[in-house]
Amino acid sequence: MKWGIALLALILTLPTSAGIEVRQFPNPELEARYQHLIEQLRCLVCQNQSLADSNADLAEDLRDEVYTMLLAGKRDAEIVDFLVQRYGDFVLYKPPVKKTTWLLWFGPFAALGLGGILLWRIGRKRRPEPPPPLSDAERRRLEKLLQDHGSDDA
Amino acid sequence: MTAELGQLALIFALLMAVVQAFFPLAGAALRLPAWVAVARPAARAQALFLAVSFYCLVQSFVVNDFSVRYVAEHSNSALPLFYRIAAAWGAHEGSVLLWALILGLWTAAVSLFNRGLSEIFTARVLGILGLVSVGILAFILFTSNPFERLLPVPPDGNDLNPLLQDFGLAVHPPMLYMGYVGMAVPFAFAIAALMSGTLDIAWARWSRPWTLVAWSFLTLGITLGSWWAYYELGWGGWWFWDPVENASFMPWLMATALIHSLTVTEKRGAFKAWTVLLAIFAFSLSLLGMFLVRSGVLVSVHAFANDPERGLFILVFLGLVIGASLLLYALRAPAVRDHARFHWFSREALLLVNNVLLVVAAASVLLGTLYPLVLDALGLGKISVGPPYFGSVFAPVTAPLFLLAGIGPLVAWRRDDPARLWRQVRWLVPVSLTAAVVVAALWFRIGDLVTLAFLATAFWLGATALLPWWQRLRRREGWRGLRQPAGFYGMTLAHFGLAVFLVGVGVSNHYSIERTVRLAPGDSAELGGYRFLFQGVREFDGPNYGADEGTFEVYRDGERVAVLRPQKRFYRVQRNVMTEAAIDPGLRRDLYVALGEPLEGDAWSVRLYVKPAVRWIWLGGLLMMAGGLLAAADRRYRTARATAAAPASVNATA
Amino acid sequence: MLKYLLPLGLFAALLILLGVGLTLNPREVPSPLVGRPAPTFTLPRLDDPETPFDSAERLRGRVSLFNVWASWCVACRQEHPFLMQLARQGVTIYGLDYKDTREAGLQWIERLGNPYRAVAFDTDGKVAIDWGVYGVPETFVIDKQGVIRYKHIGPITPKDWEEKLGPLVAYLEKQP
Repeated sequence: MKWGIALLALILTLPTSAGIEVRQFPNPELEARYQHLIEQLRCLVCQNQSLADSNADLAEDLRDEVYTMLLAGKRDAEIVDFLVQRYGDFVLYKPPVKKTTWLLWFGPFAALGLGGILLWRIGRKRRPEPPPPLSDAERRRLEKLLQDHGSDDA
Repeated sequence: MTAELGQLALIFALLMAVVQAFFPLAGAALRLPAWVAVARPAARAQALFLAVSFYCLVQSFVVNDFSVRYVAEHSNSALPLFYRIAAAWGAHEGSVLLWALILGLWTAAVSLFNRGLSEIFTARVLGILGLVSVGILAFILFTSNPFERLLPVPPDGNDLNPLLQDFGLAVHPPMLYMGYVGMAVPFAFAIAALMSGTLDIAWARWSRPWTLVAWSFLTLGITLGSWWAYYELGWGGWWFWDPVENASFMPWLMATALIHSLTVTEKRGAFKAWTVLLAIFAFSLSLLGMFLVRSGVLVSVHAFANDPERGLFILVFLGLVIGASLLLYALRAPAVRDHARFHWFSREALLLVNNVLLVVAAASVLLGTLYPLVLDALGLGKISVGPPYFGSVFAPVTAPLFLLAGIGPLVAWRRDDPARLWRQVRWLVPVSLTAAVVVAALWFRIGDLVTLAFLATAFWLGATALLPWWQRLRRREGWRGLRQPAGFYGMTLAHFGLAVFLVGVGVSNHYSIERTVRLAPGDSAELGGYRFLFQGVREFDGPNYGADEGTFEVYRDGERVAVLRPQKRFYRVQRNVMTEAAIDPGLRRDLYVALGEPLEGDAWSVRLYVKPAVRWIWLGGLLMMAGGLLAAADRRYRTARATAAAPASVNATA
Repeated sequence: MLKYLLPLGLFAALLILLGVGLTLNPREVPSPLVGRPAPTFTLPRLDDPETPFDSAERLRGRVSLFNVWASWCVACRQEHPFLMQLARQGVTIYGLDYKDTREAGLQWIERLGNPYRAVAFDTDGKVAIDWGVYGVPETFVIDKQGVIRYKHIGPITPKDWEEKLGPLVAYLEKQP
């Protein structure tokens, strides 16, 4: 707990500054890529915030890095790799699909499949009983009724 | 003195909760009418003591009694009165007291509106609610006492977190807690029914209005919270999939499943064991949310100050309440008789599909929220699970829900003919597709397929929700076809609200535009057909903050449509800076301006947004809430009570 | 019967998980750099802008601590006396002055003492990003081959040293 307080102090002492920077982009596509990237990357020092939403100093520095790399013509994957190599998968709001995240990525769909199987089984179990077969007399009555009704309808 | 009185009232409330838990439950088990009769007065007395205690806390804030630690830490004499009152539930200790008070109020409500329920059943319900109260009150007294004194007394308080000095925040926690805690009522009904073995239609009929009211409050609370996050926290975002938000969303999904499942139990006597399980889950997820938010196991934007000791207490409490309930379920549920039969294409079957989808959705949110914790606990590394994950998993799981929600009510109980239904609704397929394309083309631009799919789904849902009314108007005797029970109106309204919500999500997510610009006084910037003219910044003096206030005139086609005054505030006591965005709201679009940093000269960096239809998101939430309340007001539920209380009144109401 | 026990079983598993979760610190992010060669850089020294701090040369051949600090950081001040004590015991410590002004950094050393063999001056924080630093202070343990063996986040306390860093440094000293 003591440690937690120490870290909190450390976060608070990080110089806080701009969250809104004016950046120039050669084309709107690059700007869109920039916006998308900083929304997908997590600010490490903040409480659960993306680089885009944070005004922490480190977030600003990392936005600068992303911006510089974009202008230098780096691909999105290269930029993401750059950050993952330094900070680990923690910076990614969209965790990579790997062995340890299979459950995370496929769990919901597996659950959906399981639910489907369950529905099918319940449906079979709860199917209404077929009505008992009609006696000859009943069948004759039914045919008559149907005939009358049919002629009525036509 | 006030604080001591509050503390004393709190201790009395705990004692009363023990009485309310012990005597009725023991009395019901041993058939002692005198003990059973304790339930109601004890419940009301507990609520009264809690009200006194909470009043004392609020009073300590009102009179700026900084000798109370909690007041000193979260208030200041310069804080306006309204926020001083709201500060009472602005941090951990006070908010748990509010939680306890609301539980007391729900309990008192059950003790008042229970005509027609057997004496013993009522006693059991109140006893179970009393047990929950005992846990919460012990938690407050032993780990989170808001009445603790502080020595030496500081001259002034530390002020309320500026993020919380806001109307939306002041009102949304009470609504949210009304929802969370309200889930305790159907939970107590379910446990009492398991105890007495009376899982019958009457039980479902009793649970449903309570569940609906709690659900409506939860819906309102989440809607208000999202609205608050939109203008106060975020850069125009309205949902961040933050653990705290997920903690409110999971019980909501489960309660929504419960409402639907209760219908089947009420109408057809089916799915009894399943409904009980859902009632347990809904309340369990409320408690789990409390643990996640207050224990510090997850990092969140707006978690409370954390303390592992409190976390451990809640965890033990959680284990006892939920563990005992699930054990009781495992012992009693196998004996529940449930012979209802239905065809694969029937109202029952579709409601079952609804339940499976909602439960899978809630499980997915739980999985995403807890997964970082799972990996960390197993030593497999640290990951983050954020909006991109939830977006890609949640959409496919919930899409069928939106497609089926409107159709469900058109399908008959027991058995229906898919071909008949198809003949009824097929013309709505081209209608909703065309409407989506037309709306996108007229007001926005034909965007990507995802947006069109969103809009088409929303129109489909809205149209199918309204279809029965259209048919009644046409087929039956004109306007008299509209004379339907309130429940039916409520359902239509809620489903229609869901459609409105979807339109808001689809349109605002895909057509919102933003720009960050550098503006000097007299400069203007164009965005989405609007011209934002910057008039400069002046100083503004608030009660407990100073601010730079910018003035922006917004023009469209040369005509002035709005004047926006965003602020950059500096709160003097806590010494932090807050961006206060200015918004021109509208059904068609919101104009949103946030002041950034002063640049060289008189220039400022400024962020501008145009967000079309974003308000529909919250409008949809409000419609859903209204639908829930309307359904709870259905005469059927009141008549059931009147029938049992006074059989003679049946003729009058029938 | 078994299927009715399933919810209880799942809940028990969840409870254990949450219990373990209470003992973890969600804010500590482990570094992917542990086990990899330390990122190389050349920066000016804090005390002398003309002399370069060459990491490839400094951070190998002996076991060392690489401590990231700044004069504006409160927790660094709390850690500093212990670093002084370690330096007196003969532990090799290098420093990285993070996002600081030269003046403030030098004043800090002058006033509180210098536990560092040498301090690199990282005024724009770019080298710190290469090292995956996200808050100060942070301390890396580097072995004789120049490989990062451990990263400590937050101030080093005597307890941390006794339990984790000290034994690791002693072990690494014995390796070739």
